[in-house]
Amino acid sequence: MKPAPFEYVRPDSVAQACEMLAADEDARIIAGGQTLVPMLAMRLARAAKLIDIYRLPELNGIRVEGDVLVIGATTRQVQVERSALAMQSTPLLSKALPWVGHPPTRNRGTVGGSVANADPSAEIPLVAVTLGAEIEITNPDGVTSMPADDFFIGPMLTSVMPGDCVTAVRFPIWRHARVGTAFHEVSARKSDFAFVAAAAQVALDEDGKCIAAALGIGGVGDRALRLDVAKLVGETAGTARLKDIVAEAAAVLEPSSDLHVSAAYRMRVAVAFGVRALEDAMTDACSAATQSNRGAKQWR
Amino acid sequence: MEVTLKVNGRLCSADVEPRKTLLDAIREDLALPGSHAGCEHGVCGACTVLLDGEPVRSCLMFAVQADGYEITTIEGLAPAPGELNVVQDAFCETHGLQCGYCTPGMILTGHALLQRTTEPTREEIVEAISGNICRCTGYGQIVEAIEFAGERLRKANAPRDLKGAGANQPQVDPSAETDAPQEGVLKAAEADTPHGDRP
Ligand code: FES
Ligand code: FES
Repeated sequence: MKPAPFEYVRPDSVAQACEMLAADEDARIIAGGQTLVPMLAMRLARAAKLIDIYRLPELNGIRVEGDVLVIGATTRQVQVERSALAMQSTPLLSKALPWVGHPPTRNRGTVGGSVANADPSAEIPLVAVTLGAEIEITNPDGVTSMPADDFFIGPMLTSVMPGDCVTAVRFPIWRHARVGTAFHEVSARKSDFAFVAAAAQVALDEDGKCIAAALGIGGVGDRALRLDVAKLVGETAGTARLKDIVAEAAAVLEPSSDLHVSAAYRMRVAVAFGVRALEDAMTDACSAATQSNRGAKQWR
Repeated sequence: MEVTLKVNGRLCSADVEPRKTLLDAIREDLALPGSHAGCEHGVCGACTVLLDGEPVRSCLMFAVQADGYEITTIEGLAPAPGELNVVQDAFCETHGLQCGYCTPGMILTGHALLQRTTEPTREEIVEAISGNICRCTGYGQIVEAIEFAGERLRKANAPRDLKGAGANQPQVDPSAETDAPQEGVLKAAEADTPHGDRP
């Protein structure tokens, strides 16, 4: 359980980090290290050089830019979990965060790290796909961004090219008056890898009719997917059509079997959780007028 | 690579390879073996230390990343040599440990939680220690220990009702001619100090 030797550098700026990364193909970025360090320890990953971006101040922070919540790549997961700004702007993300790893790993693990790692059962990528977030990437040529759906390709596979560094994640904020969210997950033990996770966000008009709906399912196939639940628009909470809408949309899922659960189980739970998440999100939106029970577990 | 770590309030320098984890540096270079090496890949929590007061796994970071933080290990919790901090003491009283392998991590995690709130719910305690594995106790007594320590911390800080005198009011014994303290108060206070009146 000891990593192979490597060189360790701590650049002063993102630009310098990108230069270093581009100059050495065996170099890797490290930030919170909550996935990379065990991979190195088990020698499933190797690096000749680790470029530590964890302390670059320009990469840490949560801010609102218009209708987008921008989270710097090295913002620690615990910062988002405790952020009132995140809770107001993207309550779905706040609800998902207590499911990410364990408290000690959230204390060091970063948002950008979780995204760049692209675990198919990870919660932050699931929320990013569900809400249609943009992943900001910096390389020596400049800054670009890419929709989450194009960014995630497969298990631990992303569109990041050599020399690219994920520098922020941009989550859209829904400005509707009544927005509701829900997050459900099942795993062997709390905070283990999700067998199935469902994230839902809906917006209702004054009459309680759905005007926008998003549903994402994670842990089921080789990456998180957003399901097409546009047919929910116009329906009200408690609609009998919900189950059919989700079951039809879930046809795009390609569930996998593993040691723990079968593909059939994953499929069944994905539909059940999808329905439950949308139902709960609609209920949440109905009470959103009072803004009282929005958001996740409060940190005290 | 030379790195300066601030462990339990003391600055220590060590010459480490970049691949050396903070856990190994603490155990080998600083000779503080209270942080335990369990799985060494982030699963068990035996290696937990506090980084600026928050529990993290010391096997999941390299020593060269740890400069500039206030690092607390289990050795840094007790108020004085030979004494126990309130959480440690509660673990002893409620039998919150058996083999003791997980215990430093459990205690530091419990301590960090109680720094934020002395009134955690059972769920909050369970959530806080969810990343720490114990193969012996079955967790029940560990949860109890943290609850118990919280209760003690609360009580230690609570203003007491002194014979009907409200908070912020001087305590006066109506039968006394002067405002001397109640009988026995001084003695009790003396007996309360760690070593009584013994040297
Ligand atoms: S030794 Fe660090 S988590 Fe097990
Ligand atoms: S007391 Fe033995 S592992 Fe917890």
